[in-house]
Amino acid sequence: MKIHSWNKRMVQWGFALLWVLSAPFAFANPAGVKLDHAPIDPSDTASLQRGAQHFMNYCLTCHSAQFARYDLLTRIGLTEEQIKKNLILTDAKIADYMTVVLNPKDAKAWFGVPPPDLSVEARVRGADWLYTYLRSFYRDDQRDSGWNNLVFRQVAMPHVLYELQGEQELKTEEGKPGEHHAATLVLTKPGKLSPKEYDQFTADLVNYLVFMAEPMQQTRIRIGYGVMIFLALAFVITRALKHEYWKDVH
Amino acid sequence: MNPMSRLLGWVDARFPLSTVWKEHLAEYYAPKNFNFWYYFGSLAMLVLVIQIVTGIFLTMNYKPDARFAFASVEYIMRDVDYGWLIRYMHSTGASMFFVVVYLHMMRGLMYGSYRKPRELIWILGMAIYLCLMAEAFFGYLLPWGQMSYWGAQVIVSLVDAISPPVALWIRGDYVIADATLNRFFAFHVIALPLVLVILVFLHIVALHEVGSNNPDGIEIKEKKDPATGIPLDGIPFHPYYTVKDIMGVVGFLAVYFGIIFFAPEMGGYFLEDNNFIPADPLKTPPHIAPVWYFTPFYAILRAIPQKQLGVIAMGVAVAIFFLLPWLDRGLVKSIRYRGNLYKVALGLFVLSFLILGYMGTQDPNLWYVNPVSRVCALVYFGFFVLMPIYTRLDKTKPVPERVTG
Repeated sequence: MKIHSWNKRMVQWGFALLWVLSAPFAFANPAGVKLDHAPIDPSDTASLQRGAQHFMNYCLTCHSAQFARYDLLTRIGLTEEQIKKNLILTDAKIADYMTVVLNPKDAKAWFGVPPPDLSVEARVRGADWLYTYLRSFYRDDQRDSGWNNLVFRQVAMPHVLYELQGEQELKTEEGKPGEHHAATLVLTKPGKLSPKEYDQFTADLVNYLVFMAEPMQQTRIRIGYGVMIFLALAFVITRALKHEYWKDVH
Repeated sequence: MNPMSRLLGWVDARFPLSTVWKEHLAEYYAPKNFNFWYYFGSLAMLVLVIQIVTGIFLTMNYKPDARFAFASVEYIMRDVDYGWLIRYMHSTGASMFFVVVYLHMMRGLMYGSYRKPRELIWILGMAIYLCLMAEAFFGYLLPWGQMSYWGAQVIVSLVDAISPPVALWIRGDYVIADATLNRFFAFHVIALPLVLVILVFLHIVALHEVGSNNPDGIEIKEKKDPATGIPLDGIPFHPYYTVKDIMGVVGFLAVYFGIIFFAPEMGGYFLEDNNFIPADPLKTPPHIAPVWYFTPFYAILRAIPQKQLGVIAMGVAVAIFFLLPWLDRGLVKSIRYRGNLYKVALGLFVLSFLILGYMGTQDPNLWYVNPVSRVCALVYFGFFVLMPIYTRLDKTKPVPERVTG
């Protein structure tokens, strides 16, 4: 069969159009702060286990994760015994959802806004935002809580992790008013962890939050490879079948 | 006679099984020169089936109640066996439905598939497209996230701009609320799918009555073998196009499952980030953007400063497609034999549609969004309004007697 030059061009156009229609564009960060890349590895179970521990110790007192069950943690290599013994800090059962006792009304009175549920927070904010946010608190006397955040301006949440990170202060360069990028955070009072250890702590926590937001992510990707291989083979076979039938079409 | 052919004989005496098989598959003669663009019709049907089947399974665990809807979706994603797969198949399927349908419509524009005698196929197809838009709109409310809620609020407010009582009647409340969720669920799972299936059936009945167009835009029925009465450039749909379409299906599934397994949110375009926040009627998100398949029309709406006029322009932008068979005055159907005027017009139209689509996702306060949207909206409408002129002036090439491979 003679291949029409239009055919070729149409096919190219088709692929181009398909690509344009489905091209993922990166969303800009509205606050204008450059986000640090979160150094997380979703297949690193040790990191996920540390992150889970941090989450239970520091987050789950105010923030719920009401769509996640404790037994979710069996997916990151923990046994039910370990979860019951080390990670359930309340009288919750293993199959219970991760709820908090904090009354939303009290929360509103204390913080001005109830702390958001964190079940799928990583899918809302993205790992890089969370990683940068948790490392961008600084002292601000203008705020009732005494804290502000470079990524989330006027944030209601106080710096819960300040014992670990220490205290940061905002330094803006003189002579460059209104420039966000000129603002830098300087550690004025060291915490229990060194900056490097705190970065690791935050990365583990974010890794866990990403896992909790989509617990079957690793399964999804693993099955995906199998499906792709199957479809590649199926394509070879169906293409051969098509050519076999179409041999006699001239 | 063997038992199978006896059974077939028994059925045929009571139902036109063999006749239907012959008329619509084994002896339905399709042009032999279909190219890449001709996969998308059968793929659209495949996606429809995928959406219906995955939809049925989602309905088994989804709760159409404002208190439980968001939680039930997360339940499906976490606690239902392979619920995440079914949900991603459905959410990705919705976007891929539009990808496939837009490419299918593009084929029609390139090869003049809407021209006489296929005007009714085109009109039925447009009815399917409208129905699909409504189906997608109703379905998008169901996860009850912030974008579900505020997207619906924005769209219903457009009706409100024209007639407040009608908007109230649609919502069943003064804001989007539980009553709205319930009725949207009813429309999404039964009313519109039924209409959709019926329209698809009619679309195919109309197609098989006149026969398929082809990339050369010539009628294969005009050149028949005098002995058999079969079009010389026709080949039976089955097995030729069934095996070809199976290959197309596998190719499509590779893209579709590639997205499902490796990028189900598609960078926030198939599943929006903010839709992972439960709907909050008291908290308006700073930036409300519809899903990508509506954004070209949303950009047209926003480009017009007066709201009622904007709504009308948006409606016209969709409805004007219905008039295409009568706006086109060209001597030839296919872009292969059209002159440069039509090629440039179509190129500009596609470009304006894509740019409008991008602008519709952007924050309208950005300085370039409204000016660019306005220029593109002019190009968009210009394509249709000026069509009777430029298609007539266009210097067309001679059309061949027979299809050209």
